[in-house]
Amino acid sequence: MDHKLFKKDVRFGEWLIQKLLLVAGISSMLIIALIFVFLFKEAVRFFGTANPLDLIGKWTYDDWEGHYVFKMMWQSISEVPKYSLLPLICGSFLVAFPATIISGVLGIGCAIYLSELAPPRVREILKPTLELLAGIPSVVIGFVMLAFIATFAQNIFHTKFRLNAFVGSLGVALAVLPIMITIAEDAMRAVPKELRDASYALGATKWQTVWGTVVPAAVSGISAAIILGFGRALGETMIVLMATGNAALVTGNIFSSVRTMTANIAAELGSVAQGSEHYYALFLVGAVLFTFTFGLNLVSELVLNKMRQKLRM
Amino acid sequence: MDQALSLNLPKLTSRRILWNEIVSDVLVRFFALIPLSALAFIMYMIVRKGAGTITWHFLTQMPLNGMTEGGIFPCIFGTLAITLMMILMALPLGVAAAIYLTEFSGHGMFFRVIRAAVNNLAGVPSIVFGLFGVGFFILFVGRNLDHVLKTGMLFGQPCMLWAAATLAVLVLPVIIVSTEEALNAVPQSQRSASLALGATKWQTIWNVVLPQARGGILTGAILSISRGAGETAPILFTGCAYFLPRLPVVHLFGVIPIVNPFDQFMELSYHIFIMATQSLDAVKTLPIQYGTTLVLISLTFLLNLTAIVFRIHFRKKMGTVSI
Amino acid sequence: MKTSRMVVRGALVLALAAMIPTAFAAKNITVKGSDTIVVMGQKWAEVYMQKHPEAAIQVTGGGSGVGIAALINGTTDIANASRKIKTSEMDKAKAAGYYPEEFKVAMDSLAIVANAANPIKELSLKQIQGIYMGNINNWNEVGGPNQPILRYCRESSSGTYTFLKEQVLKNKDYAADCQTMPGTSAIANAVSKDPNGIGYGGAAYYIKQPGVKILSVKKDDKSPAINPVKADGTLDYEAAWSGTYPIWRYLYMYTGFKPKGEIKAYLDWILSPEGQKIVEEIGYVPLPLKK
Repeated sequence: MDHKLFKKDVRFGEWLIQKLLLVAGISSMLIIALIFVFLFKEAVRFFGTANPLDLIGKWTYDDWEGHYVFKMMWQSISEVPKYSLLPLICGSFLVAFPATIISGVLGIGCAIYLSELAPPRVREILKPTLELLAGIPSVVIGFVMLAFIATFAQNIFHTKFRLNAFVGSLGVALAVLPIMITIAEDAMRAVPKELRDASYALGATKWQTVWGTVVPAAVSGISAAIILGFGRALGETMIVLMATGNAALVTGNIFSSVRTMTANIAAELGSVAQGSEHYYALFLVGAVLFTFTFGLNLVSELVLNKMRQKLRM
Repeated sequence: MDQALSLNLPKLTSRRILWNEIVSDVLVRFFALIPLSALAFIMYMIVRKGAGTITWHFLTQMPLNGMTEGGIFPCIFGTLAITLMMILMALPLGVAAAIYLTEFSGHGMFFRVIRAAVNNLAGVPSIVFGLFGVGFFILFVGRNLDHVLKTGMLFGQPCMLWAAATLAVLVLPVIIVSTEEALNAVPQSQRSASLALGATKWQTIWNVVLPQARGGILTGAILSISRGAGETAPILFTGCAYFLPRLPVVHLFGVIPIVNPFDQFMELSYHIFIMATQSLDAVKTLPIQYGTTLVLISLTFLLNLTAIVFRIHFRKKMGTVSI
Repeated sequence: MKTSRMVVRGALVLALAAMIPTAFAAKNITVKGSDTIVVMGQKWAEVYMQKHPEAAIQVTGGGSGVGIAALINGTTDIANASRKIKTSEMDKAKAAGYYPEEFKVAMDSLAIVANAANPIKELSLKQIQGIYMGNINNWNEVGGPNQPILRYCRESSSGTYTFLKEQVLKNKDYAADCQTMPGTSAIANAVSKDPNGIGYGGAAYYIKQPGVKILSVKKDDKSPAINPVKADGTLDYEAAWSGTYPIWRYLYMYTGFKPKGEIKAYLDWILSPEGQKIVEEIGYVPLPLKK
């Protein structure tokens, strides 16, 4: 009888633990879902008081010009609040694009070195160094940009704005570099040795093999790294808040001061009244940002999955 | 092998290819140096300018005279308290979720959806977590709790509790992914052996799988602490204080001092931010700013290094030597 | 391991439960609000508590809006604000059963600054308005060199942003290319490194900043140009008191009711010469003593 009871006990315990773990799994997912639902729930309420066209611009009377002008600006504290997303999206991309290009070029080069050239001893030093670099808080990078690099860059490029999108993108590039290197290197190391051997056997040189065989074979992983890096670059907050000058301009000039979506939220959430149009507008910016980064993550995830499947074959 | 081949081949080929070889080689080596030198540059600048500030006094005293003098003890205290609170919330949930995912869920739809969601969560911008923290934790959960419990404005305002909760959500994917990796690294044969001996599934997990995965889980936990300590954007509006004259401590029953989760707090990374942008006397506080930066960066480096050492140790034990 | 974790969790739950009554048990003066005032508020509290050991005063920041909200919700005795209470906030307070009393506790002269290398010395209010609205874009339009003007301002959540917009810009919008900095010292830093920059903010932030020049301001074209800072580098109190320097504001404290007892004693002390001396020490303008 004792034995039976014991068994039943154990079985109940098993059942309970499994259910508890299931609850943990589900609640993790729930939290993720909550972020999504909550962000969009608040964002949608923006349209309760505002016109969707406001997100592009607003016809506003201009005292100086003396007639109505279509203004594409973000000016939340105003007699006629203007919530155009264009300058913010413009700013975000103007920082994220150069950052992705810089870190992409550097990252792929670094990944090639790590996977094709580096002796094990060097790898052992370089890989942890990258992790340390990834561990630098972004507020520190922002501070370094603000304190040292901004003036340095202005002296070189003679730009009108000392704090501009380019300075921000240098900092952001540094912040996303480690993850790009890691993913790109993983992709290159996953290329089977047979492919390299075949290339050599055909008479190709070391670098003909790298550029002609390894990189093309790892191209999906490399593109996943770039897409993911782009997503991270869009989401970086503290560096851009400190180093880009935060002028909400619609511009294509990377040496102009810009305001990104992230910096805009960080700058204005401070004293906004809950339930006001401004509050919902900031959530809308958050939702747009979330959608962008979520989409990019998803694409990079899909690309990586496809590569893994291909390599398993 | 590879090297021998590549050394012999250029002789047979044209000059252009040889030129190509050299340029590629030099370029890639140069690129590999850049992250290294960036790290060295940042470290050099901060250590050179900050090292002079670090004294026992600086680390253990309260800020004085409008934060232009004195130490940064409340910031260190706040950072430690909030990361501890964060890991207490995130670790049990994350580890349990990972155990369920690897050991129980199979690889069906549920697994794939959660997997994708977790991976995606890792890429959500940290300021979005800040928005979520304000909108959901403080204004929704907090205000409603206050309403139901009739506690005035206890829950419905920025405080350590909500800041820690926001950070916990942020590091959750780090913990889940690293725990999963650690669990998957335990050979399937050992699980089979344990089950064959009559152990139940949970007994197997508890006695066979978890002890071996402990190192990996710990590594993940340390990395997420490091991440949490360095984040600024999520806590900007969920509990950070510009300045507090006292530690966020409350005396339980009037005697036992404990961290007060309903208080605001000062924090290292936020302190760096306000020192760089809102200091009363920017010239006078510059040393404090470098000192604070040095303390924060040392903290995150120490945590990251610990994680690296742990991982090497752990992988050696598991029989794989690659880093 | 299991038990230790349970103990930790149990302790946490217990702590949370015990916190609720203790949070209410605290019977002292709490002051909350504007980050502009928090450092000064803290100094007041420090000195006051040295003189009156029986008093316990807690000062926290968070922003003017946060402080007033806390006042309305009954979680603070005194709210610090770098702006006047809004009508909407007053209505909310009355609905909640409070009758906020206003105390002007100090004055703050806002300085308009340019880079030290800029030859320009003075601007009129109209010129400042034109510059920040984006109608004046070159320093030569206001008598300076032929260089573009780079506008630095605070972010919209700041009280200083609102103040300049209301008092100088006459509620018109800032130009789109205003670079919004996360703090006044960030503006000071930027203007000190930017030969074409212009910035604004509490004068105290700029006095000690090398590389920037505090400009004199003319009320209109006929009136003299007044600098908020005297030649010896100290704040010109007379200029602010008499209003000849036109850009200044009061800093406020609000109580939920007509203050009495300890709170009244504290506020009286702040308004006394002793309390006002601390205003000077921190770098704001004290109230004029003779009314």
